[in-house]
Amino acid sequence: MRHWLQRTLDRRRALGGALALTTGTVTGLLTSSRSVLSDVSEQAAPAGSAPHQGHNGAMDHAGSHGNMITVGEIDATRNGFDPSLMLTDWETGTTSVLADGRTLRSFEVTAVDKEIEIAPGVFFPAWTFNDRVPGPALRAKEGDRLRITFRNHGSHPHSMHFHGIHSARMDGIVGAGVIGPGEEFVYEFDAYPFGCHLYHCHALPLKRHMHKGMYGAFVIDPDPARHPEHAGVARSRLHGTPENAQWQELVMVMNAFDTDFDGENEFYAVNTVAHHYSRHPIPIARSKPVRIYLINVTEFDPINSMHVHGNFFDYFDHGTTLTPTLKTIDTVMQCQAQRGILELTFKEHETGQYMFHAHQSEFAELGWMGMFDVVEATA
Amino acid sequence: MTTGDPATGPSEARAVPTHWASLLWIALPLFLLGLAAAWLIGGDPMRAFDVGAPPIEKLTFEQRILDETGIRLSIRAGGSEPMSIAQVQVDDAYWSFVQDPPGALGRGSTAWIAIPYPWVLGEAHRVKIVTNTGATFELEIPVAVPTPAANLSQLQRQAVLGGFVGIVPVAIGLAFFPLLRRAGRDAIAFILALTAGLLAFLLVDMLIEAFEVAGEAAPVFQGPVMVVLSALLSFLCLLAVGRRHGAPTGLALAGYIALGIGMHNFGEGLAIGAAFATGAASLGTFLVLGFTLHNITEGLGIAAPLLRLRPKLPTFAWLTVLAGGPAIAGIWVGSLALTPQWAGLALAIGVGAIAQVLVEVGAYVGREQGGLKKAASPANVAGFALGIAVMYATGMLVKI
Repeated sequence: MRHWLQRTLDRRRALGGALALTTGTVTGLLTSSRSVLSDVSEQAAPAGSAPHQGHNGAMDHAGSHGNMITVGEIDATRNGFDPSLMLTDWETGTTSVLADGRTLRSFEVTAVDKEIEIAPGVFFPAWTFNDRVPGPALRAKEGDRLRITFRNHGSHPHSMHFHGIHSARMDGIVGAGVIGPGEEFVYEFDAYPFGCHLYHCHALPLKRHMHKGMYGAFVIDPDPARHPEHAGVARSRLHGTPENAQWQELVMVMNAFDTDFDGENEFYAVNTVAHHYSRHPIPIARSKPVRIYLINVTEFDPINSMHVHGNFFDYFDHGTTLTPTLKTIDTVMQCQAQRGILELTFKEHETGQYMFHAHQSEFAELGWMGMFDVVEATA
Repeated sequence: MTTGDPATGPSEARAVPTHWASLLWIALPLFLLGLAAAWLIGGDPMRAFDVGAPPIEKLTFEQRILDETGIRLSIRAGGSEPMSIAQVQVDDAYWSFVQDPPGALGRGSTAWIAIPYPWVLGEAHRVKIVTNTGATFELEIPVAVPTPAANLSQLQRQAVLGGFVGIVPVAIGLAFFPLLRRAGRDAIAFILALTAGLLAFLLVDMLIEAFEVAGEAAPVFQGPVMVVLSALLSFLCLLAVGRRHGAPTGLALAGYIALGIGMHNFGEGLAIGAAFATGAASLGTFLVLGFTLHNITEGLGIAAPLLRLRPKLPTFAWLTVLAGGPAIAGIWVGSLALTPQWAGLALAIGVGAIAQVLVEVGAYVGREQGGLKKAASPANVAGFALGIAVMYATGMLVKI
């Protein structure tokens, strides 16, 4: 019995190490993960080599989460999209000038059935917008006339329901823009209000169409001319301006997948692939401020959240204001379809890897965690 | 062919071609089978039924080992197509793992999954395996305890326990022999009837246990069918072996009873060993004492056919070892995480062995009493019922 008790104490210590590695400080991360491993394998890992047990060989960043990670790599080429590139991949459409001088911005979106790899070796029969999950990150300017030509090449009825201001006819619900396979529909409305929004399929049953992957970011940048009191801030938000180029903007869609269709998610992520940004940390230039367009489309769970390690941020709920709605926080919570803008800087920080993840530990451990790799300058 | 056929000549003349003809009649059906298989595989007429549904996937957890390196599980695939293990969760968190051998698992093939997970003694864990299609298979570890290692001190401690469960009670039961010898003819019949009741209880108990264990095996093993058929086969084999020189009596019958009871005690040992391995039960002193009481009746049963003889002491010794010893072997094997199909098979063979002795004891009583009708006297039926009742009542001590 004493022998077993001793074992219990050893296990407790091992578990303590595991906890430390999810919440511990940056400097403590590597050492604590090693201590877990050495406790488990009863031998110390050689310094400088983060041990990894996955079948695809060693990984550079396994040190920050020890053995608590999905194993292997996805085939981004086969998927046709790479979450690392998705962060900054904005779809701004094609523009022309209308008779009244306003900008007409046109997008083309196609619904396609496609099997995607959502975690290494795990394939999900998704319904996609433009072959990717999340769908294209549409970006427009406040006041633009928007024209979205939507084609359904999928096997079920689909639609695009925009979170924005539009008429009932353009709502994307049954009878107003839900179209059958092979059909086409054109959504037309003005880009209001500015902010960080989303679109998603509103065909029924909604739950199934959401969690199969039919959603995407829809960002309307403020027009500086309409906001003279915060013109500088508005310019920094407006895509394509020199002020905006000073920022590092990232779009993050928090999503999840129920691979065995039991109404509970097996995988959580930002931008679809579980643990992607753990294996491929997001490079951040220390000198440039960071702006994150964060959108929650997670199905089945009431809320999702984002927590940034070693830093605090200002939060603009829905992105519809030019002054923060929450100042100096390090964790923000969103219900489904809630979204907002996070602004933070690492200017005064030392370089290194800064973790971010959902602060529902379960979501984090099922894939929704990643790292910022803060460096002096990015390529 | 050869019975009273007057045309003996032509019949013999036909004998030579018949030889070749039989070969042809073997070759033709086999050729047809080959043809059908080639058509199915080559022509793929089943494609017409392919509606794009994902393959059927089935995964069975057979063995698990918890030690200082983490959790190791042996799994058996049973899918319609080879299955790929993509990811492994423990307690709702993805963990790295090593699959040995790696790669896709064909129908019926096995692999070990090793997860370096810091499990917690005495607490519950859930392992979830995710395949490439996103299907999930879950194993619950209700109470995590280290899997007993097969070292000498561990084996010794288990042997002592097995001795209390198997050997001690049988020896105590046999110690009633001198007392029982004083009994008259009817009293001996009563004791034999009691033995039959005891065996009937063991038969039912073990059959249900066999079904339960085999039910956990992978579907390819067809657990319940395997139990019934291997029990039947073992029954028939033992019956045939036992009756080589006529129906067994006296020492031979006692030997068969000891063997059948030994098989049952092996099964009991398996259950105790498995309880250790899975942490499902911590065997208290009271529980072990319960097993001892429960199994004393077994010793009485072995003694019953010997009452007319003058067996020597070594005879009692080997009967005791034969009936009680397997409990020790059972605990050893059971604690080392035996796969359900093998455990089920062992139990089923035991069921057959018990059925055989039940039949032989019945036949013996019948002969002794001069016919089955006389054997079914109220006293003997009462003995039979008492045998069952005693086993049932003492069984209450050991069921959790």
